[in-house]
Amino acid sequence: MPVLETAEGPIWRLRNRRETLTRWFVWFLGIAIFLWCWQQISDATTWFFVWDAPSIAGDILGRATPPRWSYMDNLWAPIWDTLNIATLGTIAALIMAVPIAFLAARNTTPSALFIRPIALLIIVATRSINSLIWALLLIAIIGPGVFAGIVAIAIRSIGFCAKLLYEAIEEIDHSQVEAITATGASRWQVMVYGIVPQIMPAFAGIAVFRWDINIRESTVLGLVGAGGIGLQLQASLNTLAWPQVSLILLVILAAVVISEWVSAKVRGAII
Amino acid sequence: MLRLDALTKTYKTGDKALKEVTVDVPSGQVIALIGPSGAGKSTLIRCINRLVEPTSGKVMLEDLNITNLKPAALRRERRRMGMIFQEYALVERLTVMENVLSGRLGYVGFWRALTRRFPQSDVDEAFRLLDRVGLLHMADKRADQLSGGQRQRVGICRALIQNPALLLVDEPTASLDPKTSRQIMRLICELCAERGLAAIINIHDVALAQMFVARVIGLRFGEVVYDGPPDGLTPEKLTEIYGEEDWEATIEKVDGEDDAIEAAE
Repeated sequence: MPVLETAEGPIWRLRNRRETLTRWFVWFLGIAIFLWCWQQISDATTWFFVWDAPSIAGDILGRATPPRWSYMDNLWAPIWDTLNIATLGTIAALIMAVPIAFLAARNTTPSALFIRPIALLIIVATRSINSLIWALLLIAIIGPGVFAGIVAIAIRSIGFCAKLLYEAIEEIDHSQVEAITATGASRWQVMVYGIVPQIMPAFAGIAVFRWDINIRESTVLGLVGAGGIGLQLQASLNTLAWPQVSLILLVILAAVVISEWVSAKVRGAII
Repeated sequence: MLRLDALTKTYKTGDKALKEVTVDVPSGQVIALIGPSGAGKSTLIRCINRLVEPTSGKVMLEDLNITNLKPAALRRERRRMGMIFQEYALVERLTVMENVLSGRLGYVGFWRALTRRFPQSDVDEAFRLLDRVGLLHMADKRADQLSGGQRQRVGICRALIQNPALLLVDEPTASLDPKTSRQIMRLICELCAERGLAAIINIHDVALAQMFVARVIGLRFGEVVYDGPPDGLTPEKLTEIYGEEDWEATIEKVDGEDDAIEAAE
């Protein structure tokens, strides 16, 4: 009851006294819990290692600079592999995600009772497992190499792409679908004319966005042996070749920056 | 030519949108369907081509009962019923030409539709229709670049290229300004006369309906409460359809507005 009657007439406040006190109490409780947790974490931390962190970090930085530029000759092939893993993985994921999205969207699914839950399960299952773990599994199944990386990226991306796409399908303007249906068009024609044009911008956006993410993900796949630049990163880390590590990190940074730039351009052009 | 026989629609929520509506539409007649929001006008129109499934009753198009057709036969009959929509319902991201040609989807196969390879005769007809509504130069523009009135003209072309026998028109002027509204209504009525089409036009604007059509049907709570010529719509009748309101003043005001538009033209 924010309106209070007083002798000088009604006044208005955002909250009455009781609500104000409750809010203060909740804030107090929240801060107390935070401080208690902080205390617990602090007790469990070996502060000695934390205190000397700056000097260790400085030491590694000193050894890592300057980067060993000549090592670049060994990096062109792996970075090309990495790009291919990301691109082919994304394309494969999109091919599988489109039908799943149509089966999962409430307004296009053939059966909301049976097929939709299955499609949603595929989406959740593929999304919930990290691509690094997919890669570990797939290396055991199909052996190490670029192909395992592509499949890992593809599987991981299905759920992401299908989820965003089915949300886009559910948000389309229904009247356009109605209008195409009213012309006597068949189910598939309605899809091609009434639905596809409406989700095209979303589809393009999702595709380049996921490609962008996949470039970053595929740089680490090599750590577990699934091909790409991560392989070189792991080898350099294991031999404590810090100048090579710094060069690899710079190359990854450059690849990500370029992919960001490309995806921004593509999205701008399509939408 | 079209006969609605005790057409009833009850939604799942239990709302009775239509209660045993019986209407006879002779061929070539243009009918205005008036009534307050929620009276069942849109439902009535959508029950005819079964965008909404009627609960009971019959829709007879000539001698064919639309209500119990199988999907394939229904799609074939939908080709004979062109539909024009309130918010135009054009596919915004396709070109004007693609939108017009989409009216032929019932006649072409899936691959032709997908690759946009419509028969040349369809393309010729699309150009003729666009020329008729004065949008020939817009054929290659995307639909979302057009103004409201232009979009509705494209919507009209899309309905006419189906070569229909009947037009179902759902609030064609609801999102247009008064002058464009009149132009669109005039265009629809002219085209119906040229081609001998019957039409059912849902419309809010009583004065506009009275200007253009020969027969008005008033719907209230899903029931027909008026069926007759436009000049039979007395204030008492309008009160019966819409509820209590000072109709004399409203009609006078609308007339004044019309004069202003006439002067502007």
